Amino acid sequence: MNSLHEAFGQAAALVASGDATLIEIVLLSLRVSLTAVLVAALIGLPIGAAIAVGRFPGRRTLIVVLNALMGLPPVVVGLLVYLLLSRAGPLGALGILFTPTAMVIAQTVLILPIIAALSRQAIEDAWSEYQEQLRSLGAGRLSAAFTLLWDTRFSLLTAVLAGFGRAAAEVGAVMIVGGNIDGVTRVMTTAIALETSKGDLPLALGLGVILISLVLILNAAAYLTKEAAQRRYG
Amino acid sequence: MDMIRRTLVVAAIGGAALAAAPVFAQDKFITVASTTSTENSGLFKAILPVFEKQTGIQVRVVALGTGQALDLARRGDADVLFVHNKRAEEKFVAEGYGIDRNDVMYNDFVLVGPKSDPAKVGGGKDILVALKTIEAAKAPFASRGDKSGTHSAELRYWKAAGVDPTAGKGSWYRETGSGMGATLNTASGMSAYVLTDRGTWLSFKNRGDLTVLVEGDPRLFNQYGIMLVNPAKHPHVKKDMGQVFIDWVLSPAGQKQIASYKIGGQQLFFPNAKQ
Repeated sequence: MNSLHEAFGQAAALVASGDATLIEIVLLSLRVSLTAVLVAALIGLPIGAAIAVGRFPGRRTLIVVLNALMGLPPVVVGLLVYLLLSRAGPLGALGILFTPTAMVIAQTVLILPIIAALSRQAIEDAWSEYQEQLRSLGAGRLSAAFTLLWDTRFSLLTAVLAGFGRAAAEVGAVMIVGGNIDGVTRVMTTAIALETSKGDLPLALGLGVILISLVLILNAAAYLTKEAAQRRYG
Repeated sequence: MDMIRRTLVVAAIGGAALAAAPVFAQDKFITVASTTSTENSGLFKAILPVFEKQTGIQVRVVALGTGQALDLARRGDADVLFVHNKRAEEKFVAEGYGIDRNDVMYNDFVLVGPKSDPAKVGGGKDILVALKTIEAAKAPFASRGDKSGTHSAELRYWKAAGVDPTAGKGSWYRETGSGMGATLNTASGMSAYVLTDRGTWLSFKNRGDLTVLVEGDPRLFNQYGIMLVNPAKHPHVKKDMGQVFIDWVLSPAGQKQIASYKIGGQQLFFPNAKQ
């Protein structure tokens, strides 16, 4: 219990000190995870919509696989991306191992299935509800997909936030492909793992408190934006 | 509707700018594969800024167990290797993956365990006797189990003591399969004996009931070495900058920096490069 108390003290002291290293780590965390979410959303939402309204052989299998991939272990994703980007791997010539770019790639792979699978479900539900209406308006599957993407945007926001939560929380993938290099690829979660291994549990937990607070703030901001938009546009 | 669209466009442009922003201002850098003991003990944080200031070369350290660091370097993902398992390092060089291995510094391993010391090994100077006693008492022992330098050393001591600890797997001999810090955390949690390098131990804060029980056996000597990853195997290796770093570490200036790093007045690493 004592160390919990200490952790909140540490977190408060760290935030109050405005420590430059901490700010750098926080900004890198946000940059990596937000970029990964943006890329994953740009790819994942259209995939979700396509599977939702499309009818093609193997569709049910694809849905099951996609749902299962939501449970991709970060350490496995990290290992795969590492083997891909390693100098001895197929993309080794790019020389981007141990950079934030590598971390963005790993997190994108990790959260793409989450965003695609959750958006597929949301859009499919709307599709079964408005299918006839859309058809009667003469909408083909493609334009229906776009209409539904727009109509379900508030549900999709939750899918995107789920992806962000996963990206910001994982340590296994970024540790392997980023290398936790001080000042270059050290993010909140790898810093927490490092402090834990140094036995500085209060500091590790303090960093954890800051990370959770950040995720909370971002989610609150997203929720408020959504509410304001809903009031305005129904 | 328009406003939302506009917001989305702005967000997309912002995001793209975020993604495209230059990754680093610094492009003169080398990647060094090293061990958790050198990173966790704070040694690199103390000595690297001096080197970076002198040369303008940024040193990016990826800290892993020695086994993993060797593997990383073998794949060509580092320019310089700075680890502590002399036999494995010599094999690495013999196989053509590294060139020109040099001794850098040493510290020592210590056997730590709970203050209650159920196997009564405290104060001993002989690591082999201590291990035999622990095995006979079936007292909990936490092993790294991760092919790191410290794990390799531990296995050598068991072998020299004529004991096969793997027979105790699942009961008193517990392989954590993780780094030194994580293993110390585990040992602290279950009051187990554990072999650790002194540097990590001195900088480790969650000691709980653990204390140093056996130290000072010459066999506990722990040598660190440095070498360049062979550019003939991996042409992208930054051999010039890597060599500048190696030369500095081995130079009187670098050796002095290593010697001057202390925690609580205690020196962690003892430079022993051949001048």
